[in-house]
Amino acid sequence: MSAAAAPADPAPAPPPPQQSFIGRAIALAAVPFIAVVGALVVGAVIIIASSLARGAFDLTLPLQAYANLLEGAFGSLRGIIFSIVSATPLILGGMAVGLGFKAGLFNIGAQGQFLMGALGSAAVGAWAAGESGIVAVPAAILAGAALGAAWGFIPGALKAWTGAHEVVTTIMLNFIAGALIGYLITGPLEAPGFSFSRTGPLGNAELPTFFGTGIHLGVLIAFGLVPAVWWVVWRSTLGFEIRTVGANPDAARYAGMRPAMLTILTLTLCGMLAGLAGAGQILGVSHFMNASYGTSIGFDSISIALLGRAHPVGITLAALLFGAMRAGSGLMQIEAGIPVEIIDVIQATILLFLAADLVIRRLLRLRAVRAQPEELQTVTKTYGGGASS
Amino acid sequence: MEFVYSIPIIGVLFQFIGYVVEVTPGIAPIVVGLAAPIALGALCGIMNERSGIVNIGIEGMMLSAAFAGFLAAGLFQQAFGGEGWGPFGITPALVVGVIAAMLVAMVLSALHAWLSITVAADQIISGVIINVAALGLTGYLNRLLISPNPRLGAGTFGSFRLPPEVVDFPVVGWVIEMFVEQGPIAMSVVLFVVVLQILLFRSRWGLRTRAVGEHPRAADTVGINVIGLRYRNVILGGIFAGLAGAYLTLEATGSFQNNMTAGRGFIALAAVIFGRWTPVGAFGAALLFAYSGAFGQAVRIRPPGDEYPDLGAIMAAIPSQVYGALPYIVTIVILAGVVGRSIAPAAVGKPYQKEGKTA
Repeated sequence: MSAAAAPADPAPAPPPPQQSFIGRAIALAAVPFIAVVGALVVGAVIIIASSLARGAFDLTLPLQAYANLLEGAFGSLRGIIFSIVSATPLILGGMAVGLGFKAGLFNIGAQGQFLMGALGSAAVGAWAAGESGIVAVPAAILAGAALGAAWGFIPGALKAWTGAHEVVTTIMLNFIAGALIGYLITGPLEAPGFSFSRTGPLGNAELPTFFGTGIHLGVLIAFGLVPAVWWVVWRSTLGFEIRTVGANPDAARYAGMRPAMLTILTLTLCGMLAGLAGAGQILGVSHFMNASYGTSIGFDSISIALLGRAHPVGITLAALLFGAMRAGSGLMQIEAGIPVEIIDVIQATILLFLAADLVIRRLLRLRAVRAQPEELQTVTKTYGGGASS
Repeated sequence: MEFVYSIPIIGVLFQFIGYVVEVTPGIAPIVVGLAAPIALGALCGIMNERSGIVNIGIEGMMLSAAFAGFLAAGLFQQAFGGEGWGPFGITPALVVGVIAAMLVAMVLSALHAWLSITVAADQIISGVIINVAALGLTGYLNRLLISPNPRLGAGTFGSFRLPPEVVDFPVVGWVIEMFVEQGPIAMSVVLFVVVLQILLFRSRWGLRTRAVGEHPRAADTVGINVIGLRYRNVILGGIFAGLAGAYLTLEATGSFQNNMTAGRGFIALAAVIFGRWTPVGAFGAALLFAYSGAFGQAVRIRPPGDEYPDLGAIMAAIPSQVYGALPYIVTIVILAGVVGRSIAPAAVGKPYQKEGKTA
């Protein structure tokens, strides 16, 4: 707990008396829940306002839109599976950002790390297409993880050794990843015989699917990594060091830890998680990568990490929510005529309510202690201070 | 071995310098145009960071302003029309657009100020909120309001035209052309930079602002209203982000595309750091970033010819995407090389609370 991370409550509450597990869960989930509900209300207001722009004032339009959203996401088995598959990269991306938060790092580079992971798995997958699946699938997945990790290592090393702040370098690396992909897929990696620039067919490197549905191996990997990341962060020595560096780099240094090394290691791990997300999307869903491959995973991951309070379980729940919204938004656009971009607006509003959670707590007179207040407060403190901190 | 290699490298280096000297006058006006939104964004960043507030949301403010400016100007033009006037072809619609752009950016700045100062939320997260919201809202409204109305638009400001005698003036002609043959927003960037530099380091407001950014408690002790000054500076800083957005839609392109800021707001942040939190320094950094972008274009349009055989071979071998990514690469290299030695305002990013409360 450094000075900057101390909560701004006038009277920092003493540790609460032993709460039941359910009481604790409610205290933890209250603000995220209110944030989501509040954001849906704001979204409804925007939808009503936009019905004015089309000449008809329609108070029921939000209801119709949200009903379509729900129907698209959960109305059928296909919808539910689509929601889960859509949530998969968001779980990994959310953990890629959330793990960074634990070390006091703001990884805005999940976008670039995802893209590089996708590139690596698309390239190696196409190259190993003729091998047997036992070789091709792990090779392609590992290539994605490794390239994502490399794209996380760069900002980590720059921060540790030169003090360049990861917020700016990761954003720049996102753009550089886009340019690199544009070059490689229109050049050396371009597969012949297609009407547009794309990587070659994956052949045996495609991820196996289960139960005759779209549930692919990457989904299982993502859900399997949730407890693994939890264990690393909260039960391992490495996780203890990461959390200590995040809470107070000076204390960590006095305790004999090496913040520079931990910064590099954490961002590399973050990159690996995001790279795996990219690998899963390419190998399990799209089965190739084109030169202008676009994704909204960068911003989504940040929102999810914040909404899930940087905890793997919270991130999983938040990712399922966002995955369902993405999965259902297509039907909403077709049926209710609401552009899918409303999802981004709702997302930003959720973040707004989360950032202003102090205000919400005062408004509702919520007495619950802020669960780990430093999570939303640690990010800025390294800004600008450069190598000195 | 090194000796053997060094001679061709020096040769190529000289060729490179020769090529740079040759193409620079040609691309100079583009450079100032490309630098304008970055420099304006950087001025917004300086207003914020000098008063102790981190602003990652410049990108979103610029994007929202670009959208609002385009929409307001277009709707005004449709409703009232209007003729161009003066050397810049100023129409009432364009003026309305610029004002709308500035207002929207100021509203977002006020939100950022409220979250960072009053709510004491994490300032970087507050900035991210503005970026996400801007990307979503402009995309949403673009599809809803602009796409169904393809003839919407109010054109752009014209550029000032110098008499040819000035442009052809030896040695300095192209420098004058570079800064003067611009639209009104890009042309006034230099003015804003100089004025803000003087105000920041030579005025009472500047002294107070810097005090609030370095040591708010001390500033409070001598009677400066820390909260009030921070609010004022953050909101006024929004004007610059608004102008940057207005430049993109109302001076440079005359149209709006989703995510058209393309990271300029973040490059502006890097320019702030590279320029060591001074307006003149940040402007220099913006010129450098813009030059690296324009140079990439120049290589494509006029590659080094027969005069520079080795250089031409090397440059032709470099894929065009490298030149496209050059500003981003330059940003990283410069940050990595410089930021360790440049020092941010001490209180940047820290919410301020009065005595008796822990901050």
